Amino acid sequence: MTMSPVRTGQGAQHATRDSRTPRKKSRAGRQMTARWPSYVVLIITAVAFIAPFYYTIVIASRSNAQMNQVPPPLIPGGELWNNFAAAWNTPQANIPKALVNSLMVSTTVTVGTVFFGTLAGFAFAKLRFTGRNALFGFTIGTMMIPPTLGVIPLYILMANLHWTDQLQSVILPTVVTAFGVFFMRQALVEALPDELVEAGRVDGASAFRIFWSIVLPIARPAMAVLAMLTFMTSWNDFFWPIIALTSNNPTVQVALNNLGGGYVPDHSIIMAGTLLCTLPLIVIFLFLGRQIVGGIMQGAVKG
Amino acid sequence: MTTSSSTHRLAPQPPPGRPAASARPERSAWRQRLSRWDTKASPYAFVSPFLLLFLGFGIFPLIYTAYMSLYNYRLGGTKTWAGLGNFTWLFQDQFFWNALKNTVTLGIISTVPQLLIALGLAHVLNYQLRARNFYRVTMLMPYATSVAAATLVFSQLFGRDYGLINWMLGLVGVNHIDWQNGSWSGQVAIAIIVTWRWTGYNALIYLAGMQSISQDLYEAAAIDGASRWRQFTNVTLPGLRPTILFTIVVSTIGATQLFGEPYLFSGGGQQAYNGGASHQYQTLSLYMYQQGWQYLQLGRAAAVAWATLLLVVVFVVLNLAIARMRDRTPKLPTTAAAEEVAR
Repeated sequence: MTMSPVRTGQGAQHATRDSRTPRKKSRAGRQMTARWPSYVVLIITAVAFIAPFYYTIVIASRSNAQMNQVPPPLIPGGELWNNFAAAWNTPQANIPKALVNSLMVSTTVTVGTVFFGTLAGFAFAKLRFTGRNALFGFTIGTMMIPPTLGVIPLYILMANLHWTDQLQSVILPTVVTAFGVFFMRQALVEALPDELVEAGRVDGASAFRIFWSIVLPIARPAMAVLAMLTFMTSWNDFFWPIIALTSNNPTVQVALNNLGGGYVPDHSIIMAGTLLCTLPLIVIFLFLGRQIVGGIMQGAVKG
Repeated sequence: MTTSSSTHRLAPQPPPGRPAASARPERSAWRQRLSRWDTKASPYAFVSPFLLLFLGFGIFPLIYTAYMSLYNYRLGGTKTWAGLGNFTWLFQDQFFWNALKNTVTLGIISTVPQLLIALGLAHVLNYQLRARNFYRVTMLMPYATSVAAATLVFSQLFGRDYGLINWMLGLVGVNHIDWQNGSWSGQVAIAIIVTWRWTGYNALIYLAGMQSISQDLYEAAAIDGASRWRQFTNVTLPGLRPTILFTIVVSTIGATQLFGEPYLFSGGGQQAYNGGASHQYQTLSLYMYQQGWQYLQLGRAAAVAWATLLLVVVFVVLNLAIARMRDRTPKLPTTAAAEEVAR
């Protein structure tokens, strides 16, 4: 599922309803209040969504022998640090290197996607040039084609460049995305008044100057949302990295694949490694969860 | 590219040793030309980094896949013309049909419940709630989890002898199920993993759609004495149609790409390539991966990729056609009633 980061909707064509939003907000007080069955439903689902995380901790903090019991243990034990150490030192997984690599890959991909996406998104949203509509149509037209279908030539290309097992092989294919361009264009069409661009031009600013001094500050909130989504997607990318990289130079998903791929018989260690590789993202999510939720919902309506 | 703006700032002050009168028009003419050039060329400069990288690493491989599917192409070996040989081989391979069947069944049993649950959840989330952000963030946590992490945990939960799920089923008298090796049970387990990861995300998309439905419609419906359920079927659902269509299209495309879940759920080794001990959950992506990276038959793998793309197109066209058909049917009770309410 290496789909575009948020599967936002050009299908969700209620952008036209935006005009109603302020009115609706002022009426929010009249929104129906939930009755108790709603809370029951929500709490059951919340438990179902959280339970696997909790159980990861349970397994990761117990020994393998403790896990092979009936009934299975339901509360965490005291082996967490030992299992962390064992996972950390499993050579087939190479988790320390994987964490560093993933941080580098995801950061580079995020910076590239956001910057080039904003640059191109601005051009598509506010600048007039021959072929603009055709190029933009082409961009969104290809958005729905799953990129996994191109992995075979991509692999040959990387092999010919002697780039397999090197980080650029996973960075370059995702450092720009059609989704990023689409997302930033939609954001700028709405947020950036034409007059502002015109004023900059009258003042004699170059197009790049206009981009740098006028567009970027206005685009910042949308850029932040795109950055969070891109980082998450890049960190979790699975299919292409396991083709392009090996355990010599893995990202965290490659490490997890090797950890769970049958070399390591100890489930507790596998879960401890999973926890190590997922933790950075979970921490980000705990801090920025609300913004990410907002971004996805915004994207769904604006798209 | 900041040159023109710096000339702009300098322009009012003529450089020393030169008569201001002659310098000015000359400079401004040059500046004008520069600025005109800037206006014309900049848009292309702005879109070109994206376009070049996108064409090189996104579009070119897709097209080249078509070319490759016409060759016998062995990884690290020879390349000979095959014509449609890869495709005829494919259509005679039982495992291709098996993978196609698995992709379709897995797609249905993971997408349909997922979207239905998401719709219900969004409806509940749309009420005024205490701790509303808590629920929303919780809904999205599985989406933030990687396929690999999710599948590895669920493999434990679905363990045959010591897994939590079998133990809980045992409490209500169900015998141990071999999720990993059973055929239908394996598919169900994988569908549950997919559903777990994507339901909350889709619920939020639906919620966003619901919030853009005018509150007036609900008030009008309430005045007409419509129950909450009637409001849901007659106001919410029609208003949500474009969003629902979108999620269906995207989820079906996602379903054709299913790879990580069956790959890791099988437990690794040969079973991972096969998608379970008896190929019981080998999807098209997994089959493509096996052709390419286990058998090193890249031409065949490319043919699988194109067959998958065809499947995607068929799915999308089918969805859109069904949607259009419903558009043309004027007397569907739901839409008609909603229009009545809207009036």
